Amino acid sequence: MSEQQKREEDFSLQALKEGDRAEFAKVVETYSEKIYRLALKMLRNQQDAEDTLQETFIKAYHGFKDFKGHSKISTWLYRIATNEALMFLRQKGEPEISIDKQVQVDDGQTYTPTKIVDWCCLPEEELMSSEAMEYLDRAIEQLSEAMRVTFLLRDLEGLSTRETAEVLDISEAAVKTRLSRARMHLRERLSGYYGDALDSLPIETSHQGQDVLEGS
Amino acid sequence: MDQERNCQELAAYLSDYIDDNVEDEALCDEIEEHIHECENCQIVVDTLKKTLYLVHASAEQTVLPSSVRERLYHRLDLEEFISVDDNS
Ligand SMILES: [Zn+2]
Repeated sequence: MSEQQKREEDFSLQALKEGDRAEFAKVVETYSEKIYRLALKMLRNQQDAEDTLQETFIKAYHGFKDFKGHSKISTWLYRIATNEALMFLRQKGEPEISIDKQVQVDDGQTYTPTKIVDWCCLPEEELMSSEAMEYLDRAIEQLSEAMRVTFLLRDLEGLSTRETAEVLDISEAAVKTRLSRARMHLRERLSGYYGDALDSLPIETSHQGQDVLEGS
Repeated sequence: MDQERNCQELAAYLSDYIDDNVEDEALCDEIEEHIHECENCQIVVDTLKKTLYLVHASAEQTVLPSSVRERLYHRLDLEEFISVDDNS
């Protein structure tokens, strides 16, 4: 994060406002991967993510002359990218799979955890299997648009609560609420997934394994 | 009964808690104390942290494909600035 901020200060806003292409290329170099990743996790479609990436930087290039510098360049870019991605989602008119309804039922209350399984001990290769990662991506996709974008900005891109609030033009309290629900929902889903994996672990074998490991 | 209500109430703050972001100090102490005594909430905290760890790990696996990068630079008319990656 601090390295990113340092790099950001390296940009000359004046040069960017004047349409300096070398300076703009530095911005593209710094942020293209982050924005592609956000768009990909948001849209789950490589072509749409690529289009979002291109549109974001085209808009940014032309938009710099009106950029007031009230926010960080990165925050401003994320705002453009987020709007582009949301527009894609709406154009496609995909039926939104929402858990908002479920959440709104107990409005003001919390998303209560129901699956209590300690799956932290699973081996790394099991936790990170491509099937597990695919499951995680699908679980993210099933979050409501509002929760998903908040979650991705905070936990995937590592923006602060304040920056996320700025990008989405919502209060910091709203960011925290959405984030909490998104995280708890994902935890719940993963607990279901990895809980099944734990159940299928042959218990006797693992006991034998302990004996073997004792010497090490 | 009491404990159950507590678990439910505290669940709303666990996300802030793992961010070290619970502003109310008394509440933060209460959560800490509760987790110490409540195995279920301890598991929720641990698995919540692990969930975020996996999200970060999965993010690191998502890279910008070089073909996408090349088309981006082409579209932006920035081809002369495309840097060559050191890793072959
Ligand atoms: Zn508890």
